[in-house]
Amino acid sequence: MHVVILVKQVPDSSQIRVHPQTGTIMRQGVPAILNPYDLFALEKALELKDAYGSFLTVLSMGPLQAEAALRKALSYGADEAILLSDRAFAGSDTLATSYALAAALKKIDSCRKIDIVFAGKQTIDGDTGQVGPGVARRLGLQLLTYVQEIKHIDYEKKKVLVHRKSEKGIQVVSSQLPCLMTILDGHSAIRYASLPNMIRAAKAPVKIWNRMDAGIEDISKIGLKGSPTVVGKVFAPQSSRGPAEMMEGEEPEVLCSILLEKLFKKYPEVEKEVLQQVR
Amino acid sequence: MEEKPKNQKRKKLSLDPRLSEYRGIWVFIEQEEAKVHPVGWELLGKARILAKFLEVDVGAVVFGGNQAVVDTISKDAVAYGADIVYQVVDPSLADYRSDPFTECLVQLVKKYKPEILLLGATSLSRDLASSVATFLETGLTADCTELTIDLENRSLEATRPTFGGSLLCTILTLNYRPQMATVRPGVFPIPLPNTDRKGTIIREQLQLNEANFITKVLGFIPDPYKASEKLSRADVVIGGGRGLKQASHFSLLRELAMLLGGEVGGTRPVVQAGWLEAERQIGQTGKTIRPKVYIAVGISGAVQHRVGIEKAGMIVAINNDPNAPIFDYADIGIVGDFLEIIPAMIRVVKNKISSTYDCLKKQGVGKAEEL
Repeated sequence: MHVVILVKQVPDSSQIRVHPQTGTIMRQGVPAILNPYDLFALEKALELKDAYGSFLTVLSMGPLQAEAALRKALSYGADEAILLSDRAFAGSDTLATSYALAAALKKIDSCRKIDIVFAGKQTIDGDTGQVGPGVARRLGLQLLTYVQEIKHIDYEKKKVLVHRKSEKGIQVVSSQLPCLMTILDGHSAIRYASLPNMIRAAKAPVKIWNRMDAGIEDISKIGLKGSPTVVGKVFAPQSSRGPAEMMEGEEPEVLCSILLEKLFKKYPEVEKEVLQQVR
Repeated sequence: MEEKPKNQKRKKLSLDPRLSEYRGIWVFIEQEEAKVHPVGWELLGKARILAKFLEVDVGAVVFGGNQAVVDTISKDAVAYGADIVYQVVDPSLADYRSDPFTECLVQLVKKYKPEILLLGATSLSRDLASSVATFLETGLTADCTELTIDLENRSLEATRPTFGGSLLCTILTLNYRPQMATVRPGVFPIPLPNTDRKGTIIREQLQLNEANFITKVLGFIPDPYKASEKLSRADVVIGGGRGLKQASHFSLLRELAMLLGGEVGGTRPVVQAGWLEAERQIGQTGKTIRPKVYIAVGISGAVQHRVGIEKAGMIVAINNDPNAPIFDYADIGIVGDFLEIIPAMIRVVKNKISSTYDCLKKQGVGKAEEL
């Protein structure tokens, strides 16, 4: 079984600060990490490797520095890493990105037939969750998003049974290989990297592919040209309220009584709801 | 990352004549188990406002496996602001599946050519929107928090948080139609339904062949808990952050929430620490809520959290750090130890309830029952 995991290197968004005057992102010192949601996808793939001895390829697109993220994935136990990197990809939005990744996957598939593609549910920088589904559509793969659990895989019959999260509960879904699944977070955390894998990852070659290596001849589908969306403006969020009116200098009970009066005055319906409990 | 300013691109663009045929704003109405996700009504409200600028009709798209259910939803869609409802009813559409839903929506868009197509940023509609946008090879902006129109070239300005909510960016889809966007639930208010509104219902006959759909839904396990729904609907929400120090302190917030008829929510760190269910996470990667009153307890107020609570009517912040960023965007702030303030608040509310009770009792028991 050949499993490809799509990963992305992202700035750790929890450590990003916005410059108070210019409203621009201060990237200095913000570490680049492997997108945390991708780790859940990687762990699911590693579980398949444990159970079926699957071959795992990690694929990413980004600048050359993204090699570090792929090496990280190798240290957890992936077998092969490919980084799609070319100036022609710069400025790609999700549609153009899915085009490039789909092309690379076709190439990978021609050497070693792909059974499953995994992706995280979204990245923490773009937060769109659109690339995985886009790739599936371009390749005609069965698309299973927000997969919580893979219940069963019958590799002989190419059948798969999964639980996927919907808004109101869980859908029990059967489908067929090859398919693309986006994996929900929070169920199985990534394992620790083993020492042999860490040593192997440090030495293993990460294949760097340019657009020609991925078999992309038409540059109108990638980069800025292949991106229907453009960014009009970027700005820091402004709040219409605040700074807060501070209440202080009284005993907690007095402060709370004043606060409650204020709340009830503005929202008498909330007061009514509270007093309903008299019943 | 694609999000670099490219202001030079914003020159007046003459739209490809093939694309200028595209007219109207569509909203995909998401339903599961015959229940409409409220984001559909929220979007119809917003679509009406945008439609006024563009002088076009608002269309609603309703799919399902049961004609009666789809008819009821269509009627509601008109009441909430749709001028035209496009229905597709087919057994293959009984449960959500990416393939048949994508096929239907793609066909409808190709036939009727709306210039804007809006969907909720829910798990169902994000799946659908990404698939449809890929087939149509058009632009899709995810998880928007504001939508406006640039009248000069009839373009949709879709604003969304990025980098975990640290920045907002406005995204345009210039020479492609339709312009697609998903919008976070809870960002726009639900409009008041008007049952006197008139609309046209179009029953679209599409030939779906179930044999083409490989993925099958074998069953559905409803989430009996529905914490996230309760959280979305509550008038009062009490949010807890890392400042609570330990999971057990959430019981204080629960007690206060119960007295105020509200619900408890929290930040990403407390969910990750396992102090609270993921369904109750508020913020960029959690829910956007719009309660009347939000009380933030021990929450420093990182942007990631702010994205989720901005639409609250009133924000009260309780924190022992006077420099906590949350005080910059709250309405009322109290600096202090929540272990003193929350119990005090619980006593005050209880006193209020019991004094009201005593007061009514004096006037006669019958009155008390009447309330």
